[in-house]
Amino acid sequence: MENNIRDTHLKNQSKEPIIETKGLSVFYNNRLAIRDINIAIEPNKITAIIGPSGCGKSTLLRTFNRMNDLIPGARVEGKILYNGIDINQKALDPVGLRRHIGMVFQKPNPFPKSIYDNVAFGPRINHYTGNMDELVETSLRQAALWDEVKDKLKESGLALSGGQQQRLCIARALATQPDLILMDEPASALDPVATQRIEELMIELKEKYTIIIVTHNMQQAGRASDNTAFMSLDRENIEARIGILVEYGKTEQLFTNPRNKETEDYITGRFG
Amino acid sequence: MSEKVFASSAFNDNLDSRQRKARIWQTILLACTLLGILVLTMMLVDIIVDGAGWLSPTLFNNNHSRFPEKTGMNSAIYGSIYNVLLTALFCFPLGVAAAIYLEEYAPKSKLTNFINININNLAGVPSIVYGMLGLTVFGRMFGLFAPESPLVNFFNLPVEAGNVGGLKFNLFGIPGLIIHLPFGRSLVAGAMTMSLLILPTVIISSREAIRAVPTSIREAAYGLGATRWQMIRTQVLPVSFPGILTGIILAMGRALGETAPLIIMGAFMYVPFLPRNIWDKFTTMPIQIYNWITLPQPEYNIHLAAAGIIVLLLVLLGMSALAIFLRNKLQVKW
Ligand SMILES: Nc1ncnc2c1ncn2[C@@H]1O[C@H](COP(=O)(O)OP(=O)(O)OP(=O)(O)O)[C@@H](O)[C@H]1O
Ligand SMILES: [Mg+2]
Repeated sequence: MENNIRDTHLKNQSKEPIIETKGLSVFYNNRLAIRDINIAIEPNKITAIIGPSGCGKSTLLRTFNRMNDLIPGARVEGKILYNGIDINQKALDPVGLRRHIGMVFQKPNPFPKSIYDNVAFGPRINHYTGNMDELVETSLRQAALWDEVKDKLKESGLALSGGQQQRLCIARALATQPDLILMDEPASALDPVATQRIEELMIELKEKYTIIIVTHNMQQAGRASDNTAFMSLDRENIEARIGILVEYGKTEQLFTNPRNKETEDYITGRFG
Repeated sequence: MSEKVFASSAFNDNLDSRQRKARIWQTILLACTLLGILVLTMMLVDIIVDGAGWLSPTLFNNNHSRFPEKTGMNSAIYGSIYNVLLTALFCFPLGVAAAIYLEEYAPKSKLTNFINININNLAGVPSIVYGMLGLTVFGRMFGLFAPESPLVNFFNLPVEAGNVGGLKFNLFGIPGLIIHLPFGRSLVAGAMTMSLLILPTVIISSREAIRAVPTSIREAAYGLGATRWQMIRTQVLPVSFPGILTGIILAMGRALGETAPLIIMGAFMYVPFLPRNIWDKFTTMPIQIYNWITLPQPEYNIHLAAAGIIVLLLVLLGMSALAIFLRNKLQVKW
């Protein structure tokens, strides 16, 4: 059912997908969490993942940079292609992958270090050989934080406001020069003004980066994203609480004219 | 009275009697607390009354003498300090490394579980047991280096007889690196025994400090392409360092006060000079105090012993204060 939705969507797409999953399932301690996800993420676009709590949005997102490896008992089946490369193959070291795929978490999590050191952390551990000061400045500018912090780069990243901290985390992710940025509800801990700044920022960033964002905020998905994936729990076996991809398509189309009744209910707030 | 205000048929709430019970318990708990404090205060007052007058430069500068007025604990103070510093030197790397391994690397297995349980058990083993272990392993090394032992005979080792006998050799020919086997009644043997004694505590407190590092910053580091070791070195260790340090200082405080293992080890009661190197004999403050208490004259067994206890308590208080200070100063405020 989900497969053909995805296929129709991708037909008129010229660029190769940056991420493509084929029959992706994730297990936690042998319990199926998400099943048979087939999705192709367009480069230089913002893709929103929406869906009810517990349907596996974070789980899906974390497979893309193999963060699930860190959870004991988590197991991934199926294929994930990143620029055509199978990222679950034995020969691939997830540590190397994660430099190319940045991640921004739900709660701002700056390191208890200076603003400068926060941004320089990724480049340092990956032995960046260029000019660090320049890279830090560029990254902070891209994250629209430079003007606010340029005079206090040596101060602790924890001394910033929540919204500033989250932009610092975005700058930190940008500093390793990734192609793809994964954001798991990056604005859920922020007020509306800070949320709006993050959204504007995402739209600026998609010139250079591909962004996948998990969000509970329908307006945010509608405003900021190009494509939207709607995930939900499998209705046919609701007791098992298995997450599936229900519908995936252009945001405009999915929001105005959803193919699936469940999508429509969710978007219009008639869910459950 | 209150029953009437909230009258309700299904509840026999009996409020007056419940409140009376509550007051009785409160009184009992308070009495227990006061009793403990009272006994402690009495001990402290008693010690201060007996010993304060004997706190003098002589006590710090001289060593034990036949004349109480000329007696001091200089070598014991230095012996304690050297012993405790050497203990920290042995214990810090071992304890922290074990804590890192157990928290960050060890797979969840039966073996890990077994190790975890036994580290906790070891922390509760009486110190005298460690003393016997230290004596056998470090002090005598199972008699392997005694004259005519099978090992000595087989390799024809040039061992010396007597108290400080055994095998002496110069590692890599560097003068400072002379090694004595067995360790005998030296500072090294004492410090190694103390290290064994406090190692479980150091491991446990270090693990707690490491565990307190939030997952969120570990994930952030991994997300930027850090290896496990990079994540540990750049995030976990700096953040947990104040906690680790506090634990080690408190453990050193324990080592400072321990007497039994060192007496078993054969630490000397009377050492009228400072240890010249780590192979030298030594004595410590609690041993010195014990020694004085066993002497018949009241100047020794009451006054000097009390003065010695005051010095020991002051050093311990100082170490606790340092631990609290470092924790407050270095702790990351999230
Ligand atoms: N570390 C874990 N161990 C075991 N089960 C997990 C783990 N993480 C998630 N799960 C399970 O996987 C399912 C999907 O969780 P996930 O966090 O991906 O949902 P989500 O869609 O992100 O929810 P939310 O919107 O609340 O963040 C849930 O049933 C959850 O209980
Ligand atoms: Mg989630």
